[in-house]
Amino acid sequence: MMTSLTIEVGKVLLVLIGVLNLAAVLTWMERKQSAVMQDRIGANRASILGFRAFGLFQVLADSIKMFAKEDFVPPMGNRFLHTLAPFVSAFFALIGFAAIPFGNVIHLFGKDISLQVIDLNVGILYVFATMSLGIYGVVLAGWSSNNNYAFLGGMRGSSQMFSYEITIGTTILGVLMIFESLSLQTIVQAQGELLWGFIPKWGVVVQPIGCLLFLVAGIAETKRVPFDLPEGESEIIGYFVEYSSMKFGLFMLTDFVETILIASLVTTLFFGGWQIPYLMRDGFHFPGGFTVSLSGTSVSLLQVLSYCVKVFFFCWFLLLVRWTLPRFRYDQLMRLGWKMVFPISILNLLATSLLVLLLR
Amino acid sequence: MGSRELSFTERLYIIEVFKGLWLTGHHFFGNMKRHLARQLGLNRLKKGAVTFQYPEERRPFSPRYRSRHRLTKRDNGSPRCVACMMCETVCPAHCIYIVAGEHPDPNIEKFPVRFDIDLGVCVFCGFCVEACPEDAIRMDTGIVEIAAYSRKEMIYHIEDLLQ
Repeated sequence: MMTSLTIEVGKVLLVLIGVLNLAAVLTWMERKQSAVMQDRIGANRASILGFRAFGLFQVLADSIKMFAKEDFVPPMGNRFLHTLAPFVSAFFALIGFAAIPFGNVIHLFGKDISLQVIDLNVGILYVFATMSLGIYGVVLAGWSSNNNYAFLGGMRGSSQMFSYEITIGTTILGVLMIFESLSLQTIVQAQGELLWGFIPKWGVVVQPIGCLLFLVAGIAETKRVPFDLPEGESEIIGYFVEYSSMKFGLFMLTDFVETILIASLVTTLFFGGWQIPYLMRDGFHFPGGFTVSLSGTSVSLLQVLSYCVKVFFFCWFLLLVRWTLPRFRYDQLMRLGWKMVFPISILNLLATSLLVLLLR
Repeated sequence: MGSRELSFTERLYIIEVFKGLWLTGHHFFGNMKRHLARQLGLNRLKKGAVTFQYPEERRPFSPRYRSRHRLTKRDNGSPRCVACMMCETVCPAHCIYIVAGEHPDPNIEKFPVRFDIDLGVCVFCGFCVEACPEDAIRMDTGIVEIAAYSRKEMIYHIEDLLQ
């Protein structure tokens, strides 16, 4: 009893601390990566005792600054909801990670530990639901500030997130039909199979269009640059104009946590999660009969590593997209969402269901 | 420039998006390679960024660059200025104030008792340098950090300018 409780709490802490730390590192990565892409150097002045560590202390300096700033609530705003909104945003972004598997079952201390906080049999619906509930943070922030610009920003945010969530839903359906499960762990395990004996049956191989659409809609969900109309910091200003100090920091953190969430979902649904091609329980089995045998624990650890590398790669990729593309105009955003991405996802769904039916 | 109709491939976005990602990714990996090579000491000549780390590292100025003024001196250390008021007259910002005094040497006639430049008003046009018949004022010090806590401190007197 006690050991299983410890294991559960340990897994929760591992995921929570991992995600929050990665989010903190992403704030540094965003600065540095954008700088390198634009032939600049980027933040490198924050130092402890003259030791700069490539500007990594900037993260610490930022958080100290955030906590030390004045926490302002607009006089006519709703104090309770104004305080609640950032917590709602951050909370729903963070609990989504509970259902995402970061490794296969590992055998430790005489027990089989599933490397996932909870193996829900409706895992994907759960993640999807927490993503949708994140809208409440945006709407509440916009409304409770008693500022027309913030309110409009909140409305833009909610309509954008609604529009693109429909696309996410329809693209996910295609994946569900192929892997025949709602549990993310089962979906990842199914991606370990091989097509025609040599191509790993990853989501991106069987659902290439779905993968692309999911990425587009996912970036729209994170409310970052090509789709950053809810916040539009440079001119149209958005739902968190009236936020300062760590409440604003929480919104910023939420953006990065959502980036990680989208990266993890893309990894889990389309890029094999923790799977490494040709790596079975007892080692590598390459097509052509070549095998490398490995112990069970090292296989599990390799898989966790592969999951982390994939998530990190997609975080990098999402940042690359964020620093490459200019922002859409609002009508372009809606046209893209409803007239291009959504119909294509429906067609993709139809084609997938036909193929699944014919090939059965 | 009127707006141009987008072609079909451009309206699909996806190809253009990947072209853009290719460009920025190219910059990213190219610069990363140069940064790494510098860190590892393999190639110190190629820089990964065009940034000058300002207070420590300075951008070289062009020889024609107009920086803070200075008054040139004769061999005996007195100012070359003969208080002819040419610079004060030509100055479009009226930031030069000269009070002339009688010079003991009859060949020179006058010298500046006061020569004040209000750098808070100066527009750094360089007309004073061009107007000067004696090559007494120049803008070649290379000093660009001209800042003070009050407007009064922005007024440079003859002692400061002769340094």
